[in-house]
Amino acid sequence: MTIADQVTGSTIAGTAGAKPAEAKPRVTAPAITLPAIGERELRLDLFRGLALWLIFIDHLPPNLLTWFTIRNYGFSDATEIFIFISGYTAAFVYGRAMLENGFVVATARILRRVWQIYVAHVFLFTIFLAEISYVATSFENPLYTEEMGIMDFLKQPDITIVQALLLRFRPVNMDVLPLYIVLMLALPLILWSMKRRPDVTLALSAVLYAVTWEFDLYFSAYPNGFWAFNPLAWQLLFVFGAWCALGGARRMSRILASPVTMWISIAYIVAAFYVTLTWYVPQLSHFMPKRLEQWMYPIDKTDLDVLRFTHFLALAALTVRFLPREWPGLRSPWLRPLILCGQHSLEIFCLGVFLAFAGHFILAEVAGGPAMHALISLSGILIMWAVAWVISWYKRVADKSGAKTKNAVGNADLAGGG
Amino acid sequence: MKARVLLSLILLCGGLAAPSARADDAVPAAPAACEVPPYLLATDSQLHKVADTVKAGKPLEILVIGSRSTTIPAQEDSSYPARMQAILKEKLTPAETVHVSVEIQSKKTAEEAASTFVNLMEAKAPTLVIWQTGTVDAIRSIDPEDFRGAVTEGVAALQNAGADVVLMNLQYSPRTETMISAPPYLDNMRVVAQEHDIPLFDRFAIMRQWNDQGQFDLFSPSRGPELAKQVHDCLGRALAQFVIDAAHLGPAQQQN
Repeated sequence: MTIADQVTGSTIAGTAGAKPAEAKPRVTAPAITLPAIGERELRLDLFRGLALWLIFIDHLPPNLLTWFTIRNYGFSDATEIFIFISGYTAAFVYGRAMLENGFVVATARILRRVWQIYVAHVFLFTIFLAEISYVATSFENPLYTEEMGIMDFLKQPDITIVQALLLRFRPVNMDVLPLYIVLMLALPLILWSMKRRPDVTLALSAVLYAVTWEFDLYFSAYPNGFWAFNPLAWQLLFVFGAWCALGGARRMSRILASPVTMWISIAYIVAAFYVTLTWYVPQLSHFMPKRLEQWMYPIDKTDLDVLRFTHFLALAALTVRFLPREWPGLRSPWLRPLILCGQHSLEIFCLGVFLAFAGHFILAEVAGGPAMHALISLSGILIMWAVAWVISWYKRVADKSGAKTKNAVGNADLAGGG
Repeated sequence: MKARVLLSLILLCGGLAAPSARADDAVPAAPAACEVPPYLLATDSQLHKVADTVKAGKPLEILVIGSRSTTIPAQEDSSYPARMQAILKEKLTPAETVHVSVEIQSKKTAEEAASTFVNLMEAKAPTLVIWQTGTVDAIRSIDPEDFRGAVTEGVAALQNAGADVVLMNLQYSPRTETMISAPPYLDNMRVVAQEHDIPLFDRFAIMRQWNDQGQFDLFSPSRGPELAKQVHDCLGRALAQFVIDAAHLGPAQQQN
């Protein structure tokens, strides 16, 4: 959610002297500059952690906690946060690699990361297969003979599994990682172009987005339909994240600091909130101009509707403004769990999808009810936190022993590529 | 830090232990009271043709078009269309003038079903069509936009043939919730119903209400037809009530 600009905060605060190493001129970097690697941008971690929690809660059946997720209060939701921050961090880490080690090495490292995400996706698919196979053999309630038709694909594993490996067959709730894989595959090209002409790259991305809308381009899926998140549209957010990471955010700092931006953002967010409210309180919709409704709906998630994108921008602008980089709260123990989760996003994302499966399973096999529901949501979040903590701990230990041999090049995990 | 981790682990263990303790009281068999909160059966849209037909004392011919969730395998007489006919006959007088026929189009999407409507309507000429759809589309993850287009066309075809239309959405199926994404199809059916000002029988919300209130345990893996029969009985009752209300044929309105 944050336009996690490295510099805005300090420029506003007038502490230009605090600008660290990024001010150092880089011989190899004609068009872009990179912020210092020394300190993590905790706001990125914080909001990515938040996005991971929200995605987990949204994947469970609706319950009390669902009302805390941001999709109920505006157009955009956790997916936007996740993709934007992923673009930002990926560009940050691999952009540096590209400057230091060249295009080929950086591409190789990106591909390695893509492979990790792919393996994670296949792993989740295997768990899904196990669950669905179990249901298919154990559940024969005649009330649901029709719904059991979903198991039909088990009859042709030869086709289904191959299609799943090709990322064309994606069960419910398994759409984000394939999107992410495609975006990461395009990353070398994005970075290469961004190194030379960042603004042109962003403009090209916007053109691709517009063309996608104009000509209705899409990725087809198996057995029919298309990808729930169209990479050709969602790339805009990813590229925008990358653009911000590679100096764009700094150049926007004056716009972001202006009160006009702030008031436009606030007005837009309030308006979006009101529109969302009419979904839940239909009486309010009498006050909605019919014209506006016709123009506005449907607000398309598949192709990243402009309304969603701008809603995200407004949220991000306000976040950057009111949550400075040095905000002491970022170090408070209360936000620690979120930040920890955000720092290991691939692992925690997969864990979240798995926990959502497991949560459904417990609700189905053992007991339902709101109390159980709340308990599952809470335990899920605690498990995510605990696992993130263990990964951090392990990393610290491993880094300590490995520190003598290699220095801390921003590894894939700092990329938080996940 | 460590204390907090320990605490979370303890909570976690508690969370894992709790389900097994509760497994015993998950016995179903609550008597089927068929209660439905009034707001789930409320609709602003009206069934004018049904109202006119009944008031004129003419035979009321109802056609239920649905996929497989409209029947119970080998128990057709207990399925909700049959139950609805029984209840309507009870509630409307004279009894013999209500007739419900069923057209099952198993494994057909809304689009495939809608393409048969013109011929179907010529053959049956019903006063009211109850169109249950959405499940097959959700299973095959048909593009929701296409789905909405197909439902719109289908409804238009039914209306052009001179029938009142009631839309019925998907079943609430908690066991397959992780595998079938129902919300886009529910939303789109609601939109079509609003656009055409036709009543939508919210089977999904009603069944979820029953499950949440413990009237039925829809997670039950039982292979016997008992649960299905009870649920269909209740659905038939609710649907009959819904039709009577939407046509304003309740005891109060029917006096003159």
